[in-house]
Amino acid sequence: MGRRIINRRPGKGGALFWGALPFLAVLVLYVTFSALRLAENPNDKLLPAFSTIADTVHRLAFVPDSRSGQVLLWADTASSLTRLGLGLLVSTVIGLVLGIGTGLIPYVRAGLSPFIAVLSLIPPMAVLPILFIVFGLDELSKVVLIVIGIAPFLVRDMAMRVEAIPSELVIKAQTLGANTWQIVTRLVLPSVWPKLMDSLRLSLGPAWLFLISAEAIAAQDGLGYRIFLVRRYLAMDVILPYVVWITLLAFCMDWALRYANRRLCPWLERGAS
Amino acid sequence: MRSSLKRVLGLTLGVAGMVAATCSPALSAEKKDFKVAWSIYAGWMPWGYAADSGLMKKWADKYGISVEIVQINDYVESINQYTAGAFDGCVMTNMDALTIPAAGGVDSTSLISGDFSNGNDGIVLKKGKTVADLKGQKINLVELSVSHYLLARALDTVKLKEKDVSVVNTSDADIVSVFTSSADSTAVVTWNPQLAEVSAVKGATKVFDSSKIPGEIIDLMVVNSATLKDNPKLGKALVGVWYEMMAKMEAGDQGMLEAMAKASGTDLAGYKAQLVTTKMFYKPADAVTFTTSAQLPKTMDMVRSFSFEHGLLGEGAKTKDAVGIAFPGGKTIGDAKNVKLRFDAEFMKLAADGKL
Repeated sequence: MGRRIINRRPGKGGALFWGALPFLAVLVLYVTFSALRLAENPNDKLLPAFSTIADTVHRLAFVPDSRSGQVLLWADTASSLTRLGLGLLVSTVIGLVLGIGTGLIPYVRAGLSPFIAVLSLIPPMAVLPILFIVFGLDELSKVVLIVIGIAPFLVRDMAMRVEAIPSELVIKAQTLGANTWQIVTRLVLPSVWPKLMDSLRLSLGPAWLFLISAEAIAAQDGLGYRIFLVRRYLAMDVILPYVVWITLLAFCMDWALRYANRRLCPWLERGAS
Repeated sequence: MRSSLKRVLGLTLGVAGMVAATCSPALSAEKKDFKVAWSIYAGWMPWGYAADSGLMKKWADKYGISVEIVQINDYVESINQYTAGAFDGCVMTNMDALTIPAAGGVDSTSLISGDFSNGNDGIVLKKGKTVADLKGQKINLVELSVSHYLLARALDTVKLKEKDVSVVNTSDADIVSVFTSSADSTAVVTWNPQLAEVSAVKGATKVFDSSKIPGEIIDLMVVNSATLKDNPKLGKALVGVWYEMMAKMEAGDQGMLEAMAKASGTDLAGYKAQLVTTKMFYKPADAVTFTTSAQLPKTMDMVRSFSFEHGLLGEGAKTKDAVGIAFPGGKTIGDAKNVKLRFDAEFMKLAADGKL
């Protein structure tokens, strides 16, 4: 009897190979289908050849658009990231303030906790028409959609993290003479800040989802706007690179948050090791 | 380790091959079963009726084939599906026929010129009474659609350019709520039934509509050219059923009109109101005259110029001639070696001559 499969581990090179395999498989599938369809119809738009995609990317990323004079990819990226950044920033502030409030102060908890619990269950996409009516069609409603989408989650998560701080620590801080504000700044914030960063990382996916949905409905620029615009004439040579670009941006944001968390809150890992 | 790697690789390639084999585009040849897609629009409602009333089956049986008529909820999605090869035919406007299947290399034939928009598409303003008042306004519309084309044509009439306005891409599902309830939205371009609702907003003025550019926004039944060439029976069955329905509609068949009104989510009065702004070609002879007229190539030239200027002919198109368009009688515009959109009048002529 050989070693059980649960005890067999790939080596360093092996791990790299197994990690790359799904990517390679997708790539091989794409190239195969693309070649098949292009052999049948050289103008096929569904699965364009990599050379076509490269031409399109060159036009989108380096050549100013003939109509607007802007370089589309960067203009779209800038407006999308501005909306996303604002949405995340506002959500983080709300999450921090209300989370610590409801987690630490019983009166605030009694007043707000049920309300936030209900609020967090409203599917944000369902209130989108209301948002457009109340906040107009411009930037505000797109940012608000992101905030409504992720802030309740952040608030609830923060409140739970605050409640999970060992009560011994809170009592100790009080016996050392700390007032409430000092407890917040010296005990609660350092304990929950890194957790907030982690929750924010988990919220990135939904935040992108809400951003792109809002841009699909009414917009003049943005990454989601472009995808839904060219979808009209099946320009997969634009859509595919945009999807890859959005994925890359999301990945970089996730990595940056994780890195910043490690750098800014070294006490997190010191305890663990 | 070695052998397991090989096995995995072999398996991956095997699966890839299998998927590739099943997903590769269907080769055209003589066949018996066809699928045609349609979506809700005043001038296309008869297709739904053809399927429900059994008329389609009657005509398909006559030619020994079967034709499945499938309703797709999203108009653009139906054209994309057709372009990808999932359907043998699909209803669409002349502009979308050029920019989606034809520009995508799918050789397509317009089998039936069903109607043209004669007021079904329009521009509505909250502030201002004329097209010239559009200057500097933010306009909600579905970008790159016939609405966008209508806007460009309207701006032409007062010597304005698209640069003089700013367009906001807005989904057609939300355009009514946006215009009626948001103060940000002061101008929209849309089609019916949304057009009727935005025109009814208090203080709003319809400053331009498609009746001012008659015959430029045409609603067609488009089929795959290769499929039609190998299977003229499909063309005969579709044209046959269409003009039987047109005759019924012109005669004011109550049952048919009511069924179509219900299917389009309105009542008989509402549907009739939509038909007023839709110039239906009830008689095949009228459709033949329209399709063979010298005006159609001129219209298509304007449409392709607009499409090219907005990048709708695709990355490879260096001039507006990139995609060739053929008209009855052998006239073509654009690249004669790359004709991808063909206007046909032969099948409609058969109907006009009573030979179906």
